[in-house]
Amino acid sequence: MEYFIQQLINGLTLGGVYALIALGYTMVYGVIQLINFAHGEFFAAGGYMGVIVLSYFAGLGYMETHPVFCLTASFALSMAFCAYLAIGVEKIAYKPLRKESRLAALLSALGMSIFLSNGLMLTQGVYDKAYPSELFQGGLSFGLVTVSYLQMLIVCLTGALLVGLNILVFKTKIGMAMRATAQDKTMSALVSISSNRIISLTFAIGAGLAAAAGIMVGLYYGSVRYDMGFVPGIKAFAAAVLGGIGNITGAMVGGLIIGMVEIFGAGYLSGEYKDVFAFIILIAVLYFKPTGIMGENIDDTRV
Amino acid sequence: MIQEFKKIWKQYAIGMLWLLGLLWPLLGIHPDGTLTFQKTFTVWLYILAGTLVCLFVYVANQGGQLRFITTPVDGVKKSISLFVKPFPRWVWFVVIFVLAVIYPQITGRYATDVAINVLLYICLGLGLNVVVGLAGMLDLGYIAFYGVGAYTYAVLNVTYGVGFWFCLPLAAVFATIAGCIVGYPTLRMRGDYLAIVTLGFGEIVRIVLNNWMELTNGPNGILGVKPVSILIPVFENGFSFEIFWVKKLQFFYYFALALAILVIIGVHRLNYSRIGRAWESIREDETAAELMGVNTFIYKLLAYAMGAFFAGLAGAFFAARMRFVSPESFTFLESAMVLCMVVLGGMGSIPGIMLGVVALIALPEVLRDFESYRMLIFGATMIIMMLFRPAGLIPAQRVGKRSEEKE
Repeated sequence: MEYFIQQLINGLTLGGVYALIALGYTMVYGVIQLINFAHGEFFAAGGYMGVIVLSYFAGLGYMETHPVFCLTASFALSMAFCAYLAIGVEKIAYKPLRKESRLAALLSALGMSIFLSNGLMLTQGVYDKAYPSELFQGGLSFGLVTVSYLQMLIVCLTGALLVGLNILVFKTKIGMAMRATAQDKTMSALVSISSNRIISLTFAIGAGLAAAAGIMVGLYYGSVRYDMGFVPGIKAFAAAVLGGIGNITGAMVGGLIIGMVEIFGAGYLSGEYKDVFAFIILIAVLYFKPTGIMGENIDDTRV
Repeated sequence: MIQEFKKIWKQYAIGMLWLLGLLWPLLGIHPDGTLTFQKTFTVWLYILAGTLVCLFVYVANQGGQLRFITTPVDGVKKSISLFVKPFPRWVWFVVIFVLAVIYPQITGRYATDVAINVLLYICLGLGLNVVVGLAGMLDLGYIAFYGVGAYTYAVLNVTYGVGFWFCLPLAAVFATIAGCIVGYPTLRMRGDYLAIVTLGFGEIVRIVLNNWMELTNGPNGILGVKPVSILIPVFENGFSFEIFWVKKLQFFYYFALALAILVIIGVHRLNYSRIGRAWESIREDETAAELMGVNTFIYKLLAYAMGAFFAGLAGAFFAARMRFVSPESFTFLESAMVLCMVVLGGMGSIPGIMLGVVALIALPEVLRDFESYRMLIFGATMIIMMLFRPAGLIPAQRVGKRSEEKE
């Protein structure tokens, strides 16, 4: 039983991270109907920016005196950096191809993904880069179950970001414009919503969330690598599909499910094949219910 | 025209400033708590110089300022085509064939090694071309079938001692079966879903190869795969056969060449057959193809199976040549590289893909110093090709005419 609860907490942590990445996929798919292959690279870039900023502050010696400030600054700067990166990537690789065939846009997205991950490799080195480890030692014990402070931080921060995003999308004017663009670009343009601006904004928000996820993963596992975006990227995509692509709530639920499945699969079935479970779910969902758990109308061209 | 150029320069300036903002945090913030600018600016200036030259050439070409270069080049092209035209095509095929045959005699071991690589990748590229170029389905897990072929030969040979020629069809058949297993559930999907599911399948195959210790020896790979052997008749003491192990690179080159020629002929025949037309119709418009009576499911499955078949053949040759297989050789990046060759050369175009393979295998061998930039350049190539020349270096020639094209 303790083992089960422990795994449940681990699954919640991992699931939250997947949910954050999956949101980027689902939002971008919602507005331009394209899988952003480079999304995993935004996640990796976020992780790298986090370690760069944190070790800079650690080098200055701020880490001992102002840990909260350092952490906030690293999250803020890293999310801003990835948003900035994503806006440019969209302008270069996706915008000119919006009217071309889908294959062209997909290939260009794939090229961007390879380009970015190798760009990270060239600027940051081939080897793992370690996070400053003095943060978040210890945790709380409830009987035999231990929840580390880091896990608490990840779960709380993920929850806050998800709530914030929900408010942004469903309660504000910008969110309304985003939903309108996702539904019908021509009609939303007629009521003077600039679809270019909304698409840039969507990319920026998605990349910002992915960057936050990247720092969390970096803190959790202790290091980042230039190709760390690839596998979580596919898993998060699986989460987005599971929840119904284009659906924000669905992506959150899907992320949690994929995280849980992975942790429980690794814990009870086989640790070596933990990466396979998410792919099997992805294939099964696409085969039996391509609209996902919460997906609505999907017309023929999408699936 | 002037307006357009102004726009191009403005966009370029914004883009370079954006790049500067992107590079500095990555290069200029150090863990010892210092900020530097010099390295960022050096890198940025290199990029600036490189892109500036490209842009100048582009703008000058658009504006017609490069006529003094393009006119003679066109003239040379014209005279070449005038020289080529009078001979029938088979003459040139014979010339190329003869050149390919004498190639290992006139070059060294290293060049032959590179050439074998090129030939194997031509098989892979043409196989992927069937799926991506003809049927229009983006397959990102293609290298898995190559892996299945290679492992089929390696496992059968090392564990059971089965010979190469018996394993070759088996490798192709196993790869085809794997292709059908992947294809069957995925073919109901279209476009981007298919891409990501095939990506997932490719990863699954790699993970299985990595973890199935009893069969594949896991990440250590399988050592000691036997090379290709042939029976040679010997006429001493009457008549008998003697086993001849093809260990020398030169001989293996000829086997790879034969395989590549077979694959080229096969893909060419497929392309210009009823099946090829059906694939192209599916690529252009699946709904319309179905309405015209094309059984889209069967043809898509067939495209998958054919692609996997060629990859399986190439895989068996790969295992026989390296005499060692490990999951490391079958990562996603390999898939991406083959895809990049197809895209660069031109989807659906056989000479184009051959050119693409040569460009992406032989050029990095020449430019050894830029080894670490290889994948970066591949990625950039894919984006640039899609933006400026989506049909590839040598665009595919269309079979038949389309209704909207004028006579």
